[in-house]
Amino acid sequence: MFANLAEKLQETLRKLRGKGKLSEKDVDLALREIRLALLEADVNFKVVKDFIAGVRERAVGEEVRQSLTPGQQVVKIVHDELTALMGRQQSKLNTAGSPGVIMLAGLQGSGKTTTAVKLALNLKRSGSSPLLVAADTYRPGAAEQLQVLADAAGLPCFRMEGAGPVKICQEAVRFAAREGHTPVILDTAGRLHLDAAMMEELKEIKAQLKPAEVLLVVDAMTGQDAVNAAASFHEALGLTGVILTKLDGDTRGGAALSVRAVTGCPIKFAGVGEKLDALEPFHPERMASRILGMGDVLTLIEKAEASFDQQKARELEKKLRRQEFTLDDFREQLQQLRKMGSLEEIMSLLPSAQLPKELRHLSVDEKQFKRIEAIILSMTPEERRRPSIINSSRRRRIARGSGTTVQDVNRLLAQYAQMQKLFKQMGQKGFKQLKKGKRRGGFPFF
Amino acid sequence: MRRLDHLFREGELTEEFFDSLEEALILGDVGVEAALKLIEQLRSETRRRKVRSAAEAREILVEEIAAMLSLQEEPPDPGGDPLVILMVGVNGSGKTTTAAKLAHRYRQEGRQVLLVAGDTFRAAAIEQLQIWAERAGAALIKQQPGSDPSAVFYDALHAARARGIDVVIGDTAGRLHTRVNLMEELKKIHRVISRVQPGAPHRVLLVIDATTGHNGIAQARYFNEAVPVTGLVLTKLDGTARGGIVVGIQEVLKVPVSYVGVGEKLDDLLPFNAADFARALLA
Repeated sequence: MFANLAEKLQETLRKLRGKGKLSEKDVDLALREIRLALLEADVNFKVVKDFIAGVRERAVGEEVRQSLTPGQQVVKIVHDELTALMGRQQSKLNTAGSPGVIMLAGLQGSGKTTTAVKLALNLKRSGSSPLLVAADTYRPGAAEQLQVLADAAGLPCFRMEGAGPVKICQEAVRFAAREGHTPVILDTAGRLHLDAAMMEELKEIKAQLKPAEVLLVVDAMTGQDAVNAAASFHEALGLTGVILTKLDGDTRGGAALSVRAVTGCPIKFAGVGEKLDALEPFHPERMASRILGMGDVLTLIEKAEASFDQQKARELEKKLRRQEFTLDDFREQLQQLRKMGSLEEIMSLLPSAQLPKELRHLSVDEKQFKRIEAIILSMTPEERRRPSIINSSRRRRIARGSGTTVQDVNRLLAQYAQMQKLFKQMGQKGFKQLKKGKRRGGFPFF
Repeated sequence: MRRLDHLFREGELTEEFFDSLEEALILGDVGVEAALKLIEQLRSETRRRKVRSAAEAREILVEEIAAMLSLQEEPPDPGGDPLVILMVGVNGSGKTTTAAKLAHRYRQEGRQVLLVAGDTFRAAAIEQLQIWAERAGAALIKQQPGSDPSAVFYDALHAARARGIDVVIGDTAGRLHTRVNLMEELKKIHRVISRVQPGAPHRVLLVIDATTGHNGIAQARYFNEAVPVTGLVLTKLDGTARGGIVVGIQEVLKVPVSYVGVGEKLDDLLPFNAADFARALLA
């Protein structure tokens, strides 16, 4: 397996860290490694060249020579420059206009249709009333796909048979103005940036509709060609931003750096899963940290805060103190954990360098969660409060009721018993210690 | 875009020449590891053969890459049963369109083709394949969206025998190779197919987008671990991307490239030509 960029940089920079003085040769050695790592992460060749030149200039300069910890200083420079390249600030979506118009464009298969719906759902949740527009009249089934996804998300979708894309968009905006929808999100057909006629069509849509945002949808797994496509789309349309898709795989996502460097446009969102709410605001600073192996702890904390009910957390804490943690509470904890996303997703946000190696590529069977839930739900309320009454006949009934085996039930009960023992040991004092840590809002299992 | 031509005209084998070749390979998404290795080999080869001209050196590199990519897919032998082909790959790589193009190819040869709507997850994927099936003149087996894809294949294989179909082409849902559960689902599809018809699927085609970077290597590795891949299809080669990642894939996994996709029309699927591909990579 390849080490990822973060691991590689970490490895290289660890060697530098210990040094009291950095020779130019030391710096060159590290920069060579960083160059290879960035290329392997699919950052564009020319972008890497510029990046390395920028880091080198600063790394052999005064700030490092005068530093007592030159290794640390180089780490900081690499991180700084990476963040600078990615854009410093998180960039918000512009939905100005009545109705506001957001136009999505991109190559075939980059994920425009799914992204359009994710974006609309995101806007709906923050109080807007968006309208989705099926402007892809070329790919068979494209309009149906948008319609089905829109229905699933409870969003309106504008379709028109037999009309061209420009006409559809115009009618959609008129419809939106009448019905009070804003913004209007245009899902255009995927096209090659070489296809002059198709690019002309996009220009026409832009000229007629005057969108507040023209967003390029880019597959995070794209290689060196990301710059060619991005530059062409930017030249033709004057992009205002980028949405990165499929960032939930194991891609190192160098395309993000390339596209940003070539267009100068901010990356506004990142798609991180197949579910319709798997779209996150893109935080350049955090992405840089993630690449450098410092982990995306900020996102993790935000997720935890968003999905944890503070009130429930306080109740739970009380119960734990009084050692009244029941199987019902256990199930609730699991549910809250699941609300944060898949375990794999959560793991990917943790600083990889701090995790034991076996855990870094851990894959968790999500079905296991469901099984545990089913087992607990197959118990009577009394059994959940006092698991000690569960004898073998009850075990058999629970296993049958939950579609599992007696062994599964036993395993769960054993785990629960262990956990109770743990809480007993922690007692009052242990809790205070836990609370002092960066853990916020009841999270006893982390 | 003939960015390298001036180098070959100038003729000398300079450091700059090798560096530029390396750059061309990396820009073509060949992959850093494979690119460095190829250039190293070229250096020693030109020394050994006392090659002086850049044009000659390029020919050596073209031959080397072409040789790497010249593997052929084993001709499948379904006996008297239908030939079964399974399309797999990540989201948006072009599986559905490629399945349709492949159906069209077999139809041109006069064979009876059955398309299987095995992508029951993506919204309207079934409708998309249905439209393609009509255009290609192929039959279609489908079920409700959200149904078990393995069940769709179970039905399809029985239907294929009953109807005297020659070729069964199965579309599957796009899945990121890191999604364990989805890869398990793919394994199950494969298992069910080979249970209904021993020896099938005869061809498992991994569809890779030509714009893919290093991630293509991981895709090939993981998919091949789940279901033994017999060939690659490199799609969207009509853009500016060169699809060099198939060279990188060749380094770790010996899987032949079977077809390339070069457009949105039904006949835009061509057999892979290693020499042409290598030449385009270094153009």
